[in-house]
Amino acid sequence: MSILVNKDTRLLVQGFTGSQATMHSEQAIAYGTNVVGGVTPGKGGSLHLDKPVFNSVLEAKELVNPNAAIIFVPAPFCKDSILEAAEAGIELIICITEGVPTLDMLIVKEKIDALGLKLIGPNCPGVITPGEAKLGIMPGDIHLRGSVGIISRSGTLTYEAVKQTTDLGLGQSTCVGIGGDPIPGSSFIDILKLFQEDDETKAIVLVGEIGGSAEEEAADFIASYVTKPVISYIAGQTAPAGKRMGHAGAIIAGGKGTAADKIAKLKSCGVHIADNLLEIGNTVKAVLG
Amino acid sequence: MNLHEYQGKQLFAEYHLPVSNSQVIFSADEAKEACSKIGGCKWVVKAQVHAGGRGKAGGVKLVNSPEEAEAFALNWLGKQLVTYQTDANGQKVSAILIESCTDIAKELYLSAVIDRSSRKIVFIASSEGGVNIEDVAKNSPEKIIYESIDPLTGPLPFQARRISKVLGLNSLQSKQFNQMLPNFVRLFQEKDLSLLEINPLVIKEDGNLHCLDAKINIDSNALFRQPKLVEMRDPSQEDPKEQEAAKFDLSYVSLDGNIGCMVNGAGLAMGTMDTIKFFGGDPANFLDVGGTATQERVANAFKIILADPKVKVVLVNIFGGIVRCDLIAKGILAAIDEVGVNVPVIVRLEGNNAESGSAIIEESNYAIESLNNLQEAAKRAVELAQ
Repeated sequence: MSILVNKDTRLLVQGFTGSQATMHSEQAIAYGTNVVGGVTPGKGGSLHLDKPVFNSVLEAKELVNPNAAIIFVPAPFCKDSILEAAEAGIELIICITEGVPTLDMLIVKEKIDALGLKLIGPNCPGVITPGEAKLGIMPGDIHLRGSVGIISRSGTLTYEAVKQTTDLGLGQSTCVGIGGDPIPGSSFIDILKLFQEDDETKAIVLVGEIGGSAEEEAADFIASYVTKPVISYIAGQTAPAGKRMGHAGAIIAGGKGTAADKIAKLKSCGVHIADNLLEIGNTVKAVLG
Repeated sequence: MNLHEYQGKQLFAEYHLPVSNSQVIFSADEAKEACSKIGGCKWVVKAQVHAGGRGKAGGVKLVNSPEEAEAFALNWLGKQLVTYQTDANGQKVSAILIESCTDIAKELYLSAVIDRSSRKIVFIASSEGGVNIEDVAKNSPEKIIYESIDPLTGPLPFQARRISKVLGLNSLQSKQFNQMLPNFVRLFQEKDLSLLEINPLVIKEDGNLHCLDAKINIDSNALFRQPKLVEMRDPSQEDPKEQEAAKFDLSYVSLDGNIGCMVNGAGLAMGTMDTIKFFGGDPANFLDVGGTATQERVANAFKIILADPKVKVVLVNIFGGIVRCDLIAKGILAAIDEVGVNVPVIVRLEGNNAESGSAIIEESNYAIESLNNLQEAAKRAVELAQ
């Protein structure tokens, strides 16, 4: 088992013929992901990377029946692309693009929830189930199939957690980058639920950062619902207040959202804390014994 | 992106929200004419900076003659205003807002933010205005109301009535507020705001509601569709190094330490700062060089980091994902060649092709150390910075 994506995932790439989408689709295909085609309005009917290109998601849905979509279109068009995929009934939508306006996400999230679909991102590295499917921009070769489920608000920080668990031979069941924006399509809680129900996942790594209260909400959820060990690292312990640290959502505002508060809350809910990022793998190993 | 009070009030006026008669001036010799245009015999002069706490710092004054207004402008324009919200250097006063004087009966508080938990625009209102709202939230939470706006329905009259009750408005004021609330929401949505704060919203002596201040932040992600607001940007209020970095599409925040950091990815950049601190050092900056870390980006990043005279050593921490570390290593060397780096550089490469990347760094003619382990790299940087 694993969560969200596996060898039965049939992936549609939105913004397929763009340079980023092309590079990452090539990598996904090389990894063994079943890419069934892509969408670029106006280029329908052609082939790209030997896969069919469609003018719309609905057309692709009818002809190649994708059950997941990954979005590489520029930020001004993401609202349209996400809602187009949602309207066509794509169950899992992953938006890689950074810079989507927050008010667009308020509408998108409302609609996704109403339709009962799943959105990961925006501003995220995507989702990978090692050895089965790679839907994102992460380097495939650092992953190893195993027992640790990873959820993270950051890209390269996730890779650190992945590499450490790989080097220790623990491996990962699935890794999910939920993204660094203030309004993510899926929260820590959404993904914690899935890992709790997944037999293969023995421990969960939660990589958080300053800003908002997603980690605190996750902590409450863990205390009441998650029976598997959760290990957490929170980035930004030295970040100044009031400054946006790269990610749109990584800002300490009005004294709220500090790393210290998050760590204290997670600890009080039974979460194991890795004091620094180099200790994530070792902490998991110690907890799993 | 932040706006000045005078710019915020221009937006308020556009959305039929009650603001004072005013003029903004950029040089002291405009002061007298501005006063006569506004009329009356009392004015309030307000220094324009991107920070709160101006009143207590002497940046707001009631004046009784145009000459006094001119003297205030002469005293403040171009100077640094230090408030409890700024750093020790303060913010440059780039303009003066001159307003007709408002007779205040009561000060209230109103703001709107995007609440990340409920994923809605939430209005926060309190009968305690003109003070720090966080203090009110702590000491008398019953005086604050939070009202979420449903994206489907927009603000509803019963919500305006609920807020009015907490604000203690009479029936006339309540009616006025019911007309104002949808305009606030329209302004918030149409201009892609992330924060709208009026502290204080006042009841005037004549009984009417009035917006006496305006603090507005705009969602930076939405600037592509707000060309008019982009024109309102005031570079004098921003850190010059942060601006320079933004030009190159790099995320940079300056800090107080002496270890320059160049990292790919925002989360890892924060994690690197934390690691430096963990080993007893102090980071000079946050810098996310981006996922691709090309020669051009690395060169620009070096220029920005080295423009900070405090920097004694630079720690480069790159997790090579899709881009191979050997290519990144070549990029780093070429960038150092181009920029002429005169402080020690520690490079930690991890991930895709890290070993050959490290070999390239070690074989170079520059005094760069390559350490594969972040712990060793951070320790070494801390050592060199002492």
